[in-house]
Amino acid sequence: MDKKYGVYICTGCGIGDTLDMEDLVEVPEEEGVNCTTHPFLCSKEGVELIQKDVDEGKVNAMVIGACSRRVNFDVFNFNGCIVERTNLREGVVWPHSREAYPALTEDQKDDEEHFDPIQMKAEDYIKMGMIRVEKVKLPEPFKTETFSRKILVLGGGVTGMSAALDAAKTGYEVTIVEKTDTLGGYAGKLRSQMPVVEPFESLQAPVVESLIQEVQGFSNIEVKTNCEVARIAGQPGEFTVTFKKPGEKIPFDVPFPLPEEMLMDENGKELDAEAAHAKYLEYNEGKNDILQLDPNGLLYGAVVLAAGWRPAVLEGEAYEHLGLNLDNVVTNDEFEMIAAKGKILRPSDGKEAKNVVFIQSPGKDEDDADFEYCGSVTSQVALKQAKYVREDYEDGKAYVIYQHMRTPGLQEYFYKSMQQDDGVFMTKGAVTEVAQQGDGIAVTATNTLLGENLAIKADMVVVAGGMVPVTKDDPVVNLAYRQGPGFRDNDIFGQYADSNYICFPYETQRTGIYAAGSIRRAMTIEESMEDATGAALKAIQCIESSNRGMAVHPRSGDMTYPDFFFQRCTQCKRCTVECPFGALDDDEKGTPNINPTRCRRCGTCMGACPERIITFSDYTIDSIGSQVKAIGVPSEDDYEEPPFRFLALVCENDAFPALDMVGMNRIDYSPNVRFIPVRCLGSVNVIWIKDALAQGMDGVILIGCKHGDDYQCHFMKGSELAEIRVKKIGDALSSLALEEERVAFTEIAIDEYDKLPEIINAFVEKVEDMGPNPFKGF
Amino acid sequence: MTTDNSAPVSGSIMVVGGGISGLTTALEAAEVGYEVFLVEKEASLGGRVSQLKHYFPKLCPPTCGLEINYRRIKDNKNIKVFTMSEVQKVEGNPGDYTVTLKTAPRYVNENCTACGECAKVCETEISNEFNFGMDRRKAAYLPHNMAFPQRYIMDTAMGTDDRDRVIEACKYDAIDFDMEEKNIDLKVGAIVWNTGWQPYDATKIDNLGFGRYQNIVTNMMLERMASINGPTDGKIIRPSDDKAPATIAFAQCAGSRDENHLPYCSYICCMASLKHATYLREQYPEAKIYIYYIDLRTPGLKYEKFYANLKQDENIFFIKGKVAEVSEESGTGNINLVAEDTITGEKVRQTVDLLVLATGMQPAAAIDKPNADLNYNEEGFIMNDFSKGGMFAAGCANKPADVVTSNQNATGMALKAIQTLVRR
Repeated sequence: MDKKYGVYICTGCGIGDTLDMEDLVEVPEEEGVNCTTHPFLCSKEGVELIQKDVDEGKVNAMVIGACSRRVNFDVFNFNGCIVERTNLREGVVWPHSREAYPALTEDQKDDEEHFDPIQMKAEDYIKMGMIRVEKVKLPEPFKTETFSRKILVLGGGVTGMSAALDAAKTGYEVTIVEKTDTLGGYAGKLRSQMPVVEPFESLQAPVVESLIQEVQGFSNIEVKTNCEVARIAGQPGEFTVTFKKPGEKIPFDVPFPLPEEMLMDENGKELDAEAAHAKYLEYNEGKNDILQLDPNGLLYGAVVLAAGWRPAVLEGEAYEHLGLNLDNVVTNDEFEMIAAKGKILRPSDGKEAKNVVFIQSPGKDEDDADFEYCGSVTSQVALKQAKYVREDYEDGKAYVIYQHMRTPGLQEYFYKSMQQDDGVFMTKGAVTEVAQQGDGIAVTATNTLLGENLAIKADMVVVAGGMVPVTKDDPVVNLAYRQGPGFRDNDIFGQYADSNYICFPYETQRTGIYAAGSIRRAMTIEESMEDATGAALKAIQCIESSNRGMAVHPRSGDMTYPDFFFQRCTQCKRCTVECPFGALDDDEKGTPNINPTRCRRCGTCMGACPERIITFSDYTIDSIGSQVKAIGVPSEDDYEEPPFRFLALVCENDAFPALDMVGMNRIDYSPNVRFIPVRCLGSVNVIWIKDALAQGMDGVILIGCKHGDDYQCHFMKGSELAEIRVKKIGDALSSLALEEERVAFTEIAIDEYDKLPEIINAFVEKVEDMGPNPFKGF
Repeated sequence: MTTDNSAPVSGSIMVVGGGISGLTTALEAAEVGYEVFLVEKEASLGGRVSQLKHYFPKLCPPTCGLEINYRRIKDNKNIKVFTMSEVQKVEGNPGDYTVTLKTAPRYVNENCTACGECAKVCETEISNEFNFGMDRRKAAYLPHNMAFPQRYIMDTAMGTDDRDRVIEACKYDAIDFDMEEKNIDLKVGAIVWNTGWQPYDATKIDNLGFGRYQNIVTNMMLERMASINGPTDGKIIRPSDDKAPATIAFAQCAGSRDENHLPYCSYICCMASLKHATYLREQYPEAKIYIYYIDLRTPGLKYEKFYANLKQDENIFFIKGKVAEVSEESGTGNINLVAEDTITGEKVRQTVDLLVLATGMQPAAAIDKPNADLNYNEEGFIMNDFSKGGMFAAGCANKPADVVTSNQNATGMALKAIQTLVRR
């Protein structure tokens, strides 16, 4: 692209009243770039003025000095042009007023005593905008070499079948992979299902049979039973999948990372890299490396993970009082299997079980939590199973002892209908003991409703075991990714394959692979089927986005992707390790292979790379680095007491909007700070910080989002990585006799804009107390 | 083989409701490649969640996800947003609907730069419904500071003088009191109703005293007080005297699980009150918090963990019992409450500084039924008929749910809508 530059500055919304426009216009003009001002640039007339220049071929790379890029996005949109929005309104004239910083008189302008911090900030921002449009390129979308629109569904239960049906009905080809020899999963073994339609009074026949029939009726659904995936290699749009029989060992089984205990030698010392790699190869002997593509593998575009759950195994001290060793004390899973066979009979002697106690919470009187891996589904299962007792025996009695009956939403109607049945007794209570008593089982509980202690003699006791996601035992997806075969975050969700975001329930760290059903939360059949539809949509969306060369959430539509200058790669592997999405797989030498459709364009690799060889077309080390260098750093040569100068690198999703709100609320903060929004703090390369200090800036602050287990970063670890990098840079600074505190990291959430001015000012004051950067002026 | 690059477009989808679930349905469908009309009756998108300080259980601000979603809208030409608009009628069949939209006048045109000069000169003040009337705002206003689109609105409460003043103050000719209501017809193939919920009207729960006693507030009012862009700049205080409350009680199931009001469980109120306890604890380390409940509905790993953390707080008390009666202590404005502790069987009498009613959710369609061929249950939730297709309800228009579940559902309904178009 042969760039033709232009700068357009709006003088409306107070910009022209606050700033010296003549001086501001000189900034681009000194560089030989035409600068146009307009009193109302976002008006039809203002936009037409720009469009005219574009149409006449005068401009295709422009700086628009006006409001924040978060507003008027649709107005300043010129096809085929590079547009940089310089934030003069929310970023300069709104927070900093002339009352606080009076304009200079003509005399003052020329002396060495006075300076105008607002004007300085605006001029810097125009310069920074100009250099950015010079440094960036318009993106060219990435195209995979091969492409498939087929969807792979792992698991043939209700969730998997529902996802497959929904994708098939939308016109996509689907393969369902099921480990066992039949479709249906757990739901296929049930006697009945919970009611889901009004009046929520009678149990429903299992939906599985009709789902299986529907699946069989679709020619675009292929079913592979007795089958599992050995590995899923490649990337969205072109996943290469190797199938195998369950339990079979084949060369395309995915290599597993070494278990932690194997990373130590006999003396408990950590193995060095070479020894660890040798051990890894030994551990995975007979398995092909992840980069070796199975020539017989089948191509898929995206994956739905619907492998479900297994019943919890209840063991240990916490459950000792529940008599789990007794024949007639069973889990809800075991009870369901008994009920599915016919009338409910006692396991010990096959006698009719007419009095059954259902225990919902294990904690004696000490804790009111449900069993592990339970959810509202287990409360509802108890109600359903109580109903079995009532269905089978006219004189049957079911006792449900719970701490909290969890039937949220419309499922409350089911609970209500069960309360009407005088053969069903339900009470809050803490079960203290379950013991054999003659022919029956004695259950005692305290703290029941109305304070009474309860003793029931029952034929059977049913304990509400939880639903353990199969990802607790096995990665299931078997990804041929260097970062490992499973989802990365599962340990913070108790091994559920869940999303960490409330707003974005399908967002995971493995692009193109969407979990649904009880593998991510204990769900009812109805909830699982609903979830399956959502996952099917996400799979389809990922395929279509990949095909257009666009990123999926959260940078949906972004057509840039990382580009490596491999000649300078030192194989340090940092990019491979730090990428939140596992988009990079290094080869045996450590050189990364890029999988652009796995990439979510956060730039963490760019921040990680010590050689600075990773770029995105519109976001590069140089584009931000040059912006940093464009910031004017006045020294004693310019002023008797030159103002300090600070750089702030801020997350564009949280800190940057928060800063806009500070501006909207006209709250002042130090005008000596220059803010650069970044895709994610994880993309911040320390060279920018070093450059800033080397050119005499007095301090650098990084402002990102909250990290920890409840991280808010949409790229998982961005701000955490930034904090680590800031800590490391501290050592380098001290070797230069610069105070570590000149570089700071802080976290802020988008709604904490009220705290932002304080944070900025406190940092500024702290550095000012240290005195100017000794390198200033050199 | 690389297949063609074109998006699979055949027809458009209308999404009614621009809250978190409507945004989700609209964006997920648009990012597959479909044209979407997103219709919102308020002046800004964001819906109910934009009034929240935090989501449970992460305690993260909803504005963070909204910011991402607004950015997705900005970057996607497939979505057309209609604010201040409501569906007047729907005619036609699955795959071929004609929807008549009614757009109320904003009295502000696209020239608005959100500079705020109009609000500076406007003297008329109106009740701020975004804050449930707890404060007043100028009649020339931005719905709130995260409003999207960021454009002012003029309330007709302004008299002639004020109207002249704001018109005079606007340098951009953005204010136009001659604007009129507009009707337009749009052709769409499928419609998803994400019309959401309203807090149940607490004045209807006569025994709980809301509206009679100042220091009884609803959970959503507490949410606004706790929010930095709320009526008290984030401080939770007693409405009667602006004092910090030292004892706070929560009455769970205020209206929910109650045949006289909402027979169902509103799903979110237990977790919401536990979340509110965290707001209070942050502001008042010593405050005593009493939560009166029937069952604490905090199912599943994440919610149980959240509840387990609060159980560690020795100044948070959980009492199984329903608040039955309230009165005001004379002179202090304190609230006397009577509840039955269902475990001990005893009547609990307590005086607290502030009583928070955990009011439930009522589907918006219970109050204002859309003029379309939809099935409702008795309480006004829209029931889906997938065999018929064409129109679907998602999120809390369909059933009471938390944000995660609503969004799962809203994502799925985007696919159901797409299927309707594909099948044509």
